[in-house]
Amino acid sequence: MKRSIDKRDIWSRIFSQAYLYLLLFVLYAPILLIICFSFTRSKVLGNWTGFTFALYENLFCGYDFAANVQVDPNLYKALIYTAIIAVSTAIVATIIGTIAAVGIFNLRQRQRQAVMFLNSIPMINPDILTGISLFLLFVFLGINRGLGTVIVAHVIFCIPYVILSVMPRLKKMNPNIYEAALDLGATPAQAFHRVLVPELWPGVISGFILSITLSIDDFGVTFFTKGSGGLETLSTFIYADARKGGLTPELRPLFSLIFLTILVLLIITNIRSSKQLKK
Amino acid sequence: MPYIAILAFFVVLPLILIGIYAFTNQQGQFTIQNFVQFFHRSEAVNTFIYSIAIAMITTIICIVLGYPAAYIMAMKSFRTPAVMAMLFILPMWINFLLRTLATVELCHMFNIPLGEGPLLFGMCYDFLPFMIYPIYNTLQKIDVSVLEAACDLGANRWEVFAKVVIPLSMPGVYSGIVMVFMPTVSTFAISELLTQNKITLFGSLIQRSFGEGGIAMWNYGAALSLIMLIIISLTSFFGNNDNEEINR
Repeated sequence: MKRSIDKRDIWSRIFSQAYLYLLLFVLYAPILLIICFSFTRSKVLGNWTGFTFALYENLFCGYDFAANVQVDPNLYKALIYTAIIAVSTAIVATIIGTIAAVGIFNLRQRQRQAVMFLNSIPMINPDILTGISLFLLFVFLGINRGLGTVIVAHVIFCIPYVILSVMPRLKKMNPNIYEAALDLGATPAQAFHRVLVPELWPGVISGFILSITLSIDDFGVTFFTKGSGGLETLSTFIYADARKGGLTPELRPLFSLIFLTILVLLIITNIRSSKQLKK
Repeated sequence: MPYIAILAFFVVLPLILIGIYAFTNQQGQFTIQNFVQFFHRSEAVNTFIYSIAIAMITTIICIVLGYPAAYIMAMKSFRTPAVMAMLFILPMWINFLLRTLATVELCHMFNIPLGEGPLLFGMCYDFLPFMIYPIYNTLQKIDVSVLEAACDLGANRWEVFAKVVIPLSMPGVYSGIVMVFMPTVSTFAISELLTQNKITLFGSLIQRSFGEGGIAMWNYGAALSLIMLIIISLTSFFGNNDNEEINR
């Protein structure tokens, strides 16, 4: 855009910057509020009872010393289950997704479009519909819902994202390299893991990370496929906890820590990608 | 291609099952009773219309708030546009339930009674980044020389914006609409937390017929899901269609 310096320009610039900062402030106000109140030990927000790390201590020890009660043990179970589900989902989805991406890439144009359309269904479908449809499938098959079904469901909705992050690498790759490996005596399996996988690696990694975040973030699909055996992930635990009324105060430090982790991770990946751009 | 088999079994078959359940009764006989039941319950139909209205209002608010923000960022009036963009995207990575709870706590703190207002605020708050991000992406790709050409050909600022920038950014707006409208029309957790079950949305209706309703309500729930599925396909079809027209 033209940038002539006159008074109107300066004012519109100040105005637009102020608008952005105001929007950011509103977006972050609830987050900052929770972080602030993770350093005080009142049951409800807005009631500041002095600075303390007590909630963090409680969270890590699993025991509330001041009130002499245990912190809800279901919270820790939920955290462990969330981690198990996220990691196993990401591993399985990345493997299947990478192989599927190579397979789809080698299809003819028509077929490829058809498969990519099917592939986009789990991404477009809201989580509640994916959850219900898989719920009906498990009921139809007579499978008891539990950890296994949750992982299967998560794998299903993560694979399309893995395929989408691997596909661009495949398109950029020189197809002759793979054939050269075959000509030089590599078996297809060797050529796959010695040539293809290293070429696709950045896409595979971003698919893996995407799967982990999607799995941790998911609520709707987990809700319908977890069954009634008491299996909870962090999302469903929060939902159940909030519906009971009072929110467990220890969730506030947990929230702050999660926020901080994501912030640091995003900064690291941003720095890394900008370094790669400079190269 | 084993993946096609996986897709067929875990994606297509479950959707067909929704259809089968929707058109059968508990004994597995064909019936349209589930749909008749839906249209006969005025509260169910009202909930349906109300949910669509809420989702539309949320989407419109997100466009009105998000478009200027994306535009300002894309016009590079900041020394560090990448950092700004990251700050707007960052909340997307936090579990939406945690974000919703944060807004609930905010309302509690200022003694705002939970209800329609906080519901709209919470929905916009949750989904605004999903509107800003695609619009920002398309705006960023606009070639500056196109804008300069418009200026040189005698367009004033407002004309450049209305006749060049907005049409070129429409694909981003459409994908933003899809990304905001779909989750808001189907949500059940956000509305339950932000209104303390005072307001029921269509998503909650579906969830209840599967959750608390027991087996007797599954077929009815499947019928509701099918209606939702139709809405979703219509929306995504509408989004795709317009994208193609612009790409042509």
